[in-house]
Amino acid sequence: MNKITTIAVENDGKSIWKFLVSELKPKAKLLTTFNIISFPIVLVGILLIILRFWKGIGEISNVNQEIPWGLWKGFNVVTGVAFAGGAYVVTFMVYILNMHKYHSIVRVTVLNGFLAYMFYAGALILDLGRPWNIINPIIGNSFGVSSVLFLVAWHFLLYMVAQLIEFSPAIAEWLGAKRAHKLLSGMTLGAVIFGITLSMLHQSGLGALFLMAKEKIHPLWYSEFIPILFLVSSIFAGLSMVIFEGSISQKVFFNQISEKGHQAQQGIIHGLSKICTGTMFAYFFLQLLVFIHGKRWEYLDSPMGYWYLVEMLGFVMLPMLLFFYSYRNHNIYLIRLAAIITIIGIILNRLNISIIGYRWDMAQHYVPSWMEIVVSLTVVFIELWVFRWVIRRLPVLSDSPVWAKNK
Amino acid sequence: MELDRRNFFRMMGATGITLALGKELLAAPDVIANAEFKGVLYDATRCKGCLGCEIDCADANELPMPISKKEIKGLRKPDETWRTVVNAHETSKGKVFVKMQCMHCNEPACAAACLTQAMYKTPEGPVIWREDKCMGCRYCMISCPFDMPKFEYNSPNPKIQKCTMCFETRVQNGELPACVENCPNEALTFGTRRELIQEARKRIVENPDSYYDQIYGEREAGGTCWMYLSPVPFEELGMNTTVQNESYPALTKGFLYTVPSVFVLAPALLLGIQQATKKDHAYNEHDDE
Repeated sequence: MNKITTIAVENDGKSIWKFLVSELKPKAKLLTTFNIISFPIVLVGILLIILRFWKGIGEISNVNQEIPWGLWKGFNVVTGVAFAGGAYVVTFMVYILNMHKYHSIVRVTVLNGFLAYMFYAGALILDLGRPWNIINPIIGNSFGVSSVLFLVAWHFLLYMVAQLIEFSPAIAEWLGAKRAHKLLSGMTLGAVIFGITLSMLHQSGLGALFLMAKEKIHPLWYSEFIPILFLVSSIFAGLSMVIFEGSISQKVFFNQISEKGHQAQQGIIHGLSKICTGTMFAYFFLQLLVFIHGKRWEYLDSPMGYWYLVEMLGFVMLPMLLFFYSYRNHNIYLIRLAAIITIIGIILNRLNISIIGYRWDMAQHYVPSWMEIVVSLTVVFIELWVFRWVIRRLPVLSDSPVWAKNK
Repeated sequence: MELDRRNFFRMMGATGITLALGKELLAAPDVIANAEFKGVLYDATRCKGCLGCEIDCADANELPMPISKKEIKGLRKPDETWRTVVNAHETSKGKVFVKMQCMHCNEPACAAACLTQAMYKTPEGPVIWREDKCMGCRYCMISCPFDMPKFEYNSPNPKIQKCTMCFETRVQNGELPACVENCPNEALTFGTRRELIQEARKRIVENPDSYYDQIYGEREAGGTCWMYLSPVPFEELGMNTTVQNESYPALTKGFLYTVPSVFVLAPALLLGIQQATKKDHAYNEHDDE
């Protein structure tokens, strides 16, 4: 039996506080390469965040009057949420389509999604000029109901609750709370249905945010179809992240993963590559339709046009073909490569709309300062720390305790 | 147990519907058709470029004094310390001055973008910013086609700065906006939009040689409360002529209108698919018993 499970089971009689305190201690060696790189960056990042709240956003960020959204919104929020899309896709496959093959990756994907939303919504607070008013759209003294951002904000909040409910049985297993486990497990399907609906709306909503910036975004990237393009691309963005993250987890958390999990891994990656191929084809075709329908040939022969071709051919069509080829040949390494190319492609696409293609016609372009980049990385690293902490303690990759299985 | 569960989903569904519908009914953009918005007509043929309005504006809004005329080089834009600027343009008809400030759109993109109603279209016409509501997300700046809301990046308690047509300090009390009241050349006229459009048309008809035959702001961005007359085409004055004639909030209307249908139909569809794919399983279980 796995070590973690034993702790939870033994814990039944003990004081819960003693258990929690003991769980706070680190469980693996501290001097890993990842820690050595991430720790100083996070330290500097926290100092920069203090500076930002003390002196104002302009002190550390290059955003300006014409380009008010920079790296924190374009990368951490708009891009990060696309990658968190894996959670709604995988829960759809497992709980709605009853594809039980993928059951072993549900927990880790939902955990990933939940932490991504928590930290990227957190990054949003860093970017808010007046964060103390963040409760205004929530408590109801001033609902800006005609705003797409209002919808996105509410959906972030509700979706985090839904994801917490989806993940809560793992917490109950960790704490050995048997009655709560039964209750929370019963809520899973409801939370999943609610969560998928919310995800469909706010993944597309993130794209709809840019609809009013009609003349500000390069015509090759602006279209009335941005919301639907964002939704479709979030499917393979999320799944590519699941493939990528699964490959890393398999090495880093080798001991955590159950025997069954190891065996299932290859089949899961193989199956996901098929879904990626299909959705990427739909996305590519949709982009093609938008391109032809919008009569955009004239824009192609320009630096931005070449850049558009790089994105569409190099980071959509190429990984799509790679997914297809490696699916046919059962080549797991090539599937992973395709996933990495797709991830880069999604980053490019989201940044092309929110930063690179936004006010592309300005004489002075926005380039993020090193301080903005450090803060962005800080958010990502702290998220990974928390992710690692949870993986090492809760039954996420490892098997659930025996009592939780006998329902 | 099974029944309880089903009831639970029914409840969830019902809650979802109420949430979605409740939200959406309110979300219909305020159609303030036929409302008598107040506005200002700027006549570029009358402006002599004295920059007095810049100083009056700074005075009235407690902003730092603008730089003197001699120091000005090139074209300026309003920023977080200047709510209005006057630029000189070399045009086909010689030097023409243009005052720039918030256009106070009939259907403002900034107010539609604002999730806290901090940007607010008053029933009287001026678009104002309300400090106690704003959370500083700067989505108004992304959405505004004229790039008018400006943000105090170098303050820990930043404000959005933009022209408010002196609504709270003067217009509300029946006074004129500071710039209008003090303009020595009567380049600025305050009135209802309807009066201003009539006046502008009259000027164009009476002096067809001095005016370019267009009122900028009559249709731009769905109509604005601040309107312009000029002796030359508006491109020559550096005005945004790529701006669309439909209102900007209309661009997100389609998306917002699909929200309630998705909110109602998606859960039903998902539950249906879930039941359909589960059926085999349940049947087998029944067989076992």
